[in-house]
Formats: sequence, C-alpha cells, structure tokens
Amino acid sequence: MAAREITVPTVQILTPEGEFRPNDAAEEFLPFVEALDDATLRAFYRDMVVSRRIDQAGANLQRQGQLALWVPSHGQEAAQVGSAHAARPQDHLFPSYREHIVGMIRGLDPIGILALLRGATQGGWDPAENGNFHLYTLVLAAQTLHATGYAMGIRFDGLVGTGDADADTAVIAYYGDGSTSEGDANEALVFASSYQTPQVFFIQNNQWAISVPVERQSRSPLALRGIGFGMPGHRIDGNDVLASYAVTRASLEAARAGEGPALIEALTYRMGAHTTADDPTKYRPSGELEAWEARDPITRYRAWLVARGTDEAFFAEVDAEAADIAADVRRRTLELPSPPRRAIFEHVYSEPHPLMEAEAAWLDAYEASFAEAETQGGNA
Amino acid sequence: MAKAIQAALADAMRADEKVLLMGEDVGRLGGVFRVTEGLLDEFGEQRVLDSPLAESGLVGTAIGLAMRGYRPIVEIQFDGFIFPAFNQITTQLARQTVRHAGRIGMPVVIRVPYGGHIGSVEHHQESPEAYFAHTPGLRVVSPSNPHDAYWMLREAIASNDPVMFFEPKSRYWPKGPVDLDHAGLPLHASRIMREGTDATLVGHGAMVSTLLQAADIAAEEGRSLEVVDLRSLSPVDYGPLLDSVGRTGRLVVAQEAYGFVSVGSEIAATVAERAFYSLEAPVLRVSGFDTPFPPAALESQYLPSPDRVLEAVDRVLAF
Repeated sequence: MAAREITVPTVQILTPEGEFRPNDAAEEFLPFVEALDDATLRAFYRDMVVSRRIDQAGANLQRQGQLALWVPSHGQEAAQVGSAHAARPQDHLFPSYREHIVGMIRGLDPIGILALLRGATQGGWDPAENGNFHLYTLVLAAQTLHATGYAMGIRFDGLVGTGDADADTAVIAYYGDGSTSEGDANEALVFASSYQTPQVFFIQNNQWAISVPVERQSRSPLALRGIGFGMPGHRIDGNDVLASYAVTRASLEAARAGEGPALIEALTYRMGAHTTADDPTKYRPSGELEAWEARDPITRYRAWLVARGTDEAFFAEVDAEAADIAADVRRRTLELPSPPRRAIFEHVYSEPHPLMEAEAAWLDAYEASFAEAETQGGNA
Repeated sequence: MAKAIQAALADAMRADEKVLLMGEDVGRLGGVFRVTEGLLDEFGEQRVLDSPLAESGLVGTAIGLAMRGYRPIVEIQFDGFIFPAFNQITTQLARQTVRHAGRIGMPVVIRVPYGGHIGSVEHHQESPEAYFAHTPGLRVVSPSNPHDAYWMLREAIASNDPVMFFEPKSRYWPKGPVDLDHAGLPLHASRIMREGTDATLVGHGAMVSTLLQAADIAAEEGRSLEVVDLRSLSPVDYGPLLDSVGRTGRLVVAQEAYGFVSVGSEIAATVAERAFYSLEAPVLRVSGFDTPFPPAALESQYLPSPDRVLEAVDRVLAF
C-alpha cells in the first residue's frame, strides 16, 4: 500500500535555470524582492561565492590535519544568505553549526568558526559584537529552545509591535531536518506558539541527517510542523536565494509586528558530507547529487544576474575577493595559538569556585615540577 | 520551610523585576506544594508563568531568557521528573558561561522538591542531586531548615551561576525561625549544627534532621556526636568538616540518595585523602540502597533512619 502523500506548495521565484518566473505560491512575497536594490542583489551573489570558497578552505584544512572537524555548507548558500539578509541589525540569530555565512553576514570573522573547529575555543565569539549571531550549538535542537526563550524575553521587554522599525525585534532559530525529530525542536514550537514569540524557525532541509534520509524524520512536509503547532508554515525552494530572502523577510516583519512565530522549511541539499567524518558515497543513491547540482544556488542566481545585465567584471571581482578571503582565513588558521593552560579553569563559573582554584594551583605546581626537574638535571 | 521559600521568592521578585518564576502549575494553583501561592496575584502572568508541560522546554527557554537579561527561577514539579530536562541542564545551562568565555552569566535557579518521607508514588520521592553535583558549571545546594531556605534561595537567585536548588519536601511543613536581617553564612558554606566529641555526622537536606535526632538519642546513651550540615553539595565547603574530623577522628556520611557514586562517596574519599592521619576508623556511609526508590510502604526500611545512622556510629566507635 502506498503512503498517502500530503503536499505543500513550494515558494520559488527563480527557476533552476535562473529565469525570473515566480510561481503562484511566491506571489504574496514578491514586493520584498521588488524592493531590493542592485547593491543588495550583488551582495547575495558575493556572499554565496565567498561562503563556498571558505567551505573549500575549511575542508582542505581538515584534510591536512589543521582542524578537528569541518562542517560543510556547500549547496546551502542560498537558504543561508537569503534568510540572513532578511534580518534587521537588532534581530538575534541562533545557529546550529553549519551557518558559516549567516555569521559572516552578521559581522563574524570566520576565524571564530575555524578556531572552534580547530579545538582552540569552546565558543569563539561574542554574540553582542557579531550582529547578535549566537554561538554554535552542537547538541541538536538545543538552540531552538534558547532562541524561543530569548524571543519570550523580547516580548516581555515590549519590543514587539511598537511600530518603531528600529526597536521591534525578532529571532531566527536555525536547525536541520534531522533536528526536527528531537524533543527540544518540538517543545520550542509549543512554547513559541503558546507565548506568541517574535520568531522564525528556519529549517534547512538538506535531505540527510548524516546517513539517514529525511523520510525517516518525517513522512509529511516539515513545513506542516508549523501549521500543526498553530503558526504559518512555509516551504521554499531553499536553493533560490530570492525565495529564501522574501519569505524570511515577510515572516520576520510579521513577527516583529506582534503576529507571532512562523516556520520555514527550505528545501536544499548538502552537496558534501555531513561533516568531514562521514562519506556520503556510502549512503546516497546514485544520481541524486547530480540532480541537485543541476539546481545549484550559485549557478542559477548568476544566470539571472547575467540576464539582467550584470557585467563580467563584477563576477571576476567577487571570485578574486573570495579567493583572497579564503587564503587569509587559511593563513590565520595556521597561526592560531593554543590557549593558555589556565583557560581550562576559566569561566566555568562566573564567581570564584574553590575546586577550580585548587585544581588550577595543582596543575601549575605539577607543570612547574617539570621545569624544576629540568633545571636540577642540568645542574647534575 | 515552604513559607520561607515563598517569602524568598516574593522578596527577590520585589527587589528585581527581572526575576521570573516559571513552571508547571506555579501560577493559579500556587504549585503542587503551594510554595508559589499568591505570587501570580502580586506579580502577574508575565512574571509567574504557568508554562507548557515540558521540562526541557522550561530549562531551555530559561536559558534564552537569561541571555536576554532575565533571572528565571524554574520549578520542577517533582524530583523524578527532572530527567527530561537533563540534557538542557548538563550540556547547555552548565556550559553557557564557559562557552561564552565569561561574557555572559547564567543566572538561572532550578528548584527541585526532592527526597522521601512523604509516602508518595513512583518518581515522586527521589534524590537525584549527585547527577548535577557531577556536572561542572552548576552549583548544587540544599537547605535543611527555614532560615537557610530563605537565605540560600535569595543568594541563589542573586548568583550569576546556575544553581540547582534542592528542596527537601519532607521539610516543607516543619516550622522554624527565619532571621530576615542576617543571612549568617554564604551560599557555599557548610555549618556545624551541633557540637560533639566522639564522632562526626555529615549530611544535607532532610537528612540533617535525621542526624540531629540520632545525636539526641546518642546523647542519652552518653555519646557526644557532632553534626555538620553540608548545605552546598557543589562546591563542598570542607573546612568545617575537616576541622570536625580533626577533633573527633571519626566520620559517618549519611544521605537519602543511592550510595554508589554519590555525594557521600565524594565526601568519604576526600576526607580520607585530606584527613587520613586524623582518622581513627574508616569513613562509613549510610544511604538509600542501590535500587530504585521502593514503593512507599517500604520507604522506612529504605531511607536512613536515626537507628541506621547509630548502627554506623557503633561501628566507627568500635573500630
């Protein structure tokens, strides 16, 4: 017996070939695209290309033993760039661990991410100084609750529906298709709906949770999760940067206006491995990658930019800039110092803690004993 | 003690409008133990949140609220229901400050009514404090009397570290004095509750009253027992305990929780390490058995009683 199929329309503005041909579902979101200026449209392209180059650099560094792990974002550039550009400066973004370009758009120096994945830090950046881009969270879906609590706080602060575009604030929680199965992801939807938080749940459905396909996480479109919890649920072509931007922008504006949370499912594809620890050739059906490569977010967007008269020099400039940034990131990664020994004991608590003090003193004395032994050895 | 906790909550909420209370049934009902009774009326629904029934959701959203500058106090309804929140507490709440390199604090208090002696059903009488004392980044405390309950909770709320506040529910009803002007001791300090010369007894929460009863009985038999209330299970304030063992030479550690890999195990090991030459006998542990908490009809056999404590005292004195 075949399973009954429940479908949801997918918002698409650019066809996979790069033609500007919005479908019916996209109609209501078009004003947000029409309002975009040329510089922003170019920034979308530039950010996607930079992201892909850094992704390549990260993977290479891991292969060379310079990173403990790399988390590829290749293929997911449109979902990330579109949604990140939809946020206003005062908004707060809670990533999982793959949103490298979202962080960079919010002002994060990518070295923060590389330092984390090199094993030099546990966090790596200050959200307050990096566009309210919060720390990566490696425990699946945990951040969806933090984002929801944060959004509850914004509402309690009265920063919703004031009509002041610079004051009204919203939150984006990023997570993946695998995370939607976690209890926390579902509890976050309950709390968000109950407290009508100013918030967008942004699911990057990249089709695979390491080796397990999305069908094992959900037999119905993930966008329905929003509707089931009492909030709008949108499905978008996640490889269409314009759709990603427009639907996120519309949802964030509604959230800031006090209309409550929304959920977006971005259909995309992780073209590489889940992380550098797995091998997708072992679990992907043949032909799947090729089918998604034909829908590459950068190629299609570039085709549209070319069709609307963007000059070749721009593309060449972006390529050169992306290569420079990747080279710079690579150089600075290799120069990252190891943290000082004392860092083990720092900030575990915000106030003095006798056990930390005692163990730090013990380690100091222990390390010093080697230096003494060396000196004594030299004298002997 | 329930009234002392209620007063501490109300006073903390009056003193700082960022203090919020959240939990299942904490508002209209006033909590299943009525600890939060009346607070909804005074502070309103935005500061006393009758939350959805989801423990992980409670702790996870409290973390987000703390990031936003609030100071949430989460009530877990019963000890045995804390485990759905275990992941958020141990992998998230406990680590936010270190992950942020000290740039933010995590002023979240999690109140957990815990322990036996109330004749309740499965999952309603447990002592899960060791799981949390084992987690770096958390402070774990438990008051044994109304005065400490008031002041330790005020300090826990004021702390920028996450505090697991274990409330011995069998002590909710017994009355005792509260000095609202003087805290007496800081949050992490242990305290000598009764002086004695023959052996030291140490415990926390409801066990302290069991130890005091044991000391009373022993006194009638001519034995002088010193009783130490740990108050803080992480960090442990070893000073008064080591001093006491230095005087008595004998130590019995008692707790309701399972004995294996417990707070009592840690105390016994540390005292053996640091006071070895003072000890006249091995450190003995008296605890719940290493079984699930039994049906309430058997709890009097399961929980350490004054007699079981005194049996251990006999053994350390006979050594």
